[in-house]
Amino acid sequence: MTLAIDLSNISKSFPGVKANDEINLKIQEGTIHAIVGENGAGKSTLMKILYGMLKQDFGSIKIFDSEVNFSSPKDAISEGIGMVHQHFMLADNLSVLESIILGMDKASLKILNKSKYKDEINEITEKYSMPLNTQSMIDELGVGEKQRVEIIKVLFRGAKILILDEPTAVLVPQEVSELFNNLKNLKDSGVTIIFISHKLDEVLEIADEISVMRGGKHIDTVDASTVSKTDLAEMMIGQNLPTPPKREKNSKQDKSLTIKNLTAEIDKGRRAFENINFSINQGEVVGIAGVEGNGQRELAESILGVYPIESGEIILGEKTINDLSTRDRRESGLSFIPEDRQSQGLLMDVSLSENVILGKQSSNKYKSRYSNIKFNEASKNSNTVIENFDVRTPGNNTLALALSGGNQQKFVVGREIENKPSLLIASQPTRGIDIGAQSLIWNKLRDARDDGLGVLLISADLDELIGLSDRIYVIYEGSFVKELDPENATPEILGSYMTGLKT
Amino acid sequence: MKLSLKLTTLLAPVFAIIVAFGLSTIMLYLIGEDPIETFKIMYDYGKTGKSIVSILNRSVPLYISAVAVAVGFKMGLFNIGVESQYLMGALLSAALGAAVALPSFLHITLIIFVAVISSAFWAAIAGYLKVKKGVHEVISTIMLNYIGTGIIAYLLANIFFEKVELSTTAPQTDLLPETARIPSLNAFLGIEDLPNLHGFIIGAVFIGILYYWIVWKTSLGFDLRATGSSPMAAKFSGANPARLTILAMMISGAFAGFVGIAPLTGYFFKYTTDFPSGLGFAGITVALLGRNHPVGMALGAILLSFLERSAQILDLKDVPKEIEKIMQAVIVLTVVVAYEVVKRYVTNRQIKEASKVVAND
Repeated sequence: MTLAIDLSNISKSFPGVKANDEINLKIQEGTIHAIVGENGAGKSTLMKILYGMLKQDFGSIKIFDSEVNFSSPKDAISEGIGMVHQHFMLADNLSVLESIILGMDKASLKILNKSKYKDEINEITEKYSMPLNTQSMIDELGVGEKQRVEIIKVLFRGAKILILDEPTAVLVPQEVSELFNNLKNLKDSGVTIIFISHKLDEVLEIADEISVMRGGKHIDTVDASTVSKTDLAEMMIGQNLPTPPKREKNSKQDKSLTIKNLTAEIDKGRRAFENINFSINQGEVVGIAGVEGNGQRELAESILGVYPIESGEIILGEKTINDLSTRDRRESGLSFIPEDRQSQGLLMDVSLSENVILGKQSSNKYKSRYSNIKFNEASKNSNTVIENFDVRTPGNNTLALALSGGNQQKFVVGREIENKPSLLIASQPTRGIDIGAQSLIWNKLRDARDDGLGVLLISADLDELIGLSDRIYVIYEGSFVKELDPENATPEILGSYMTGLKT
Repeated sequence: MKLSLKLTTLLAPVFAIIVAFGLSTIMLYLIGEDPIETFKIMYDYGKTGKSIVSILNRSVPLYISAVAVAVGFKMGLFNIGVESQYLMGALLSAALGAAVALPSFLHITLIIFVAVISSAFWAAIAGYLKVKKGVHEVISTIMLNYIGTGIIAYLLANIFFEKVELSTTAPQTDLLPETARIPSLNAFLGIEDLPNLHGFIIGAVFIGILYYWIVWKTSLGFDLRATGSSPMAAKFSGANPARLTILAMMISGAFAGFVGIAPLTGYFFKYTTDFPSGLGFAGITVALLGRNHPVGMALGAILLSFLERSAQILDLKDVPKEIEKIMQAVIVLTVVVAYEVVKRYVTNRQIKEASKVVAND
């Protein structure tokens, strides 16, 4: 058998993060090879390198035994590599035929020979038994069909190697089994498929071989027929990461937050979460574990008041805040560390001394009797945040965009904690930052908890959850499926509830 | 460091204007005119007392229109509808102003009040459509310009104007009485032998200050700027996007209401079919030129007015006066490019400074 892909020593760094660390990976021709790993494990960086969207710092790529050097996806396509992205790149107002041939010809005034293309496309759909009506408009198609268009599009360009990025994330179960049938047909015709996912059941069903990535490293490649789901989960989550030290519990009697029967509004045919019940005491950190997309983000945003709920009750302290605006909720003592600091937590083209105001622009803290912003106060407080949270910056006049990710995050966390809230929602508080910033944020969250702050912690980092939380709930498909004591929880146990293995 | 960064920011427009003059020189040269001579004629004519008064008078509505546009820009809203907003306000206030008799102070206040309120509500329609129906404000304000122009023409010809048979008079509202006119500043400043320097120039200064205060100093302004910078971060911080959109459109429209005040109470004293139009669109240019800054826009308005005024002399000297329009456009283009260049430079420098701090630890 020949090797379709042979990667050796691929490394790629971004400022502060080693996204790929000496990856060695061999993929046989005509197989389905799955790549699994948590978010941020480096899967998509690796695929972007393979598809020519990123350039590796070191290492070499061999396609069908010949060394290649990609500077754009065009190069990759000409070597027979095609990628189907998680988010479809189709225009609703084009027909299937037009979508598939889009970008094939150099733009010219020549009349398109559509019938020639049509025959060629039909040949492909028959060869791989993937029926498609080339006359349909894209917006008439279902999600599964759109995906088929994307796959045909790639095959039409002569792809021998197909990269599928989280292909099942958008599909319902029936569509998934249809996709798997198609993939098996493709494989039988000699197409090599790289299947990126974090859904272990699916991976075990479809793949021949599975490679596990974690923290930018290639952990292992295993045979799908001999490995168990638990083994995979264990490899994915790992056990030797730095863990935040545990301390004594400090929970008080008074409630910081109570959630009763909270149910999200229906969005695109489904509810992000349903019937959620829990409470957080003062001086307590409650963690929520879950694979991304299971409703934890929406739950956090509904407490802040930016995601719509249908029913249930949100009680901050003693006060029901369902009907309050986001502003009034923040006024009532809610602080929020959003999962995306750059688009949700900071004004990137604005100085730190103004960024410190964000979230409190209408409170007495920064608003005078005549509606003026107290810029002197803001300047002073931004310096406090910079000092207390060790934000490395030339000064408070520096624009937020000039700081590194870790320093931006320290500033956001610092601002939210220095606002002296009664409840802090921390969504992915240390995602994608260096270890120094991470441990500082862990310590600060701990200190705030010891001072009596209630914290709702949402994190994809299971060690962070276990280390910081006093209690952990596991969310799966929009419902809490398990409450765990972090004393007895391990990443494997969490992982098995998170993936629906145990209930 | 801070000072030098500020200096580079200030250098951008200066640099742009030099480039624009360079390009204009080449153009003049190509069409066979003496560039130096042409600029000299323009400058000499532009600096006469008469011209200066005319330039300042032109600048006032232009500046206010720019302020109206800038309020939207700061929040990322494109209010293209200042045109019909100010004309609507001017017509209604002219009609009402001519119909009542009041002491001067009250009369002028009433006229301004009516203009501001009606312009604000006309603008609010676009805000409402955006929030409730998802219509992009560029489309709705452009359409509202057409609708507004039609309504104004109808009101002017059929409601506010008594047609006399066989009369050739163009439709117009009745003349404003003396009490409704804002006096010129000539007597106050002791200027003689010159045309009237209109009194509302003081109003324009106050409007600039008001704009600065609302946008840069108040918590409402913070919400506006935050939404313009990052809609998502603003929303998470508690700003209500729907409310802000309607509010910003109304404030923008309210400023637009001031645009027609100077011509109406200063030299037209009535609304007619040839009441100054086009100021709403010119305001967009000035807002770009002045980078939405209250002082920058003032300088921009004066610069454009100067060019327009001094172009009048070109015709008499047999230089095609279209050259002035080209110069205007070239200046705006180069300014926009220069600002972008400076912005990138400043950003890169900040990133370098910040990474030095991290490296030094």
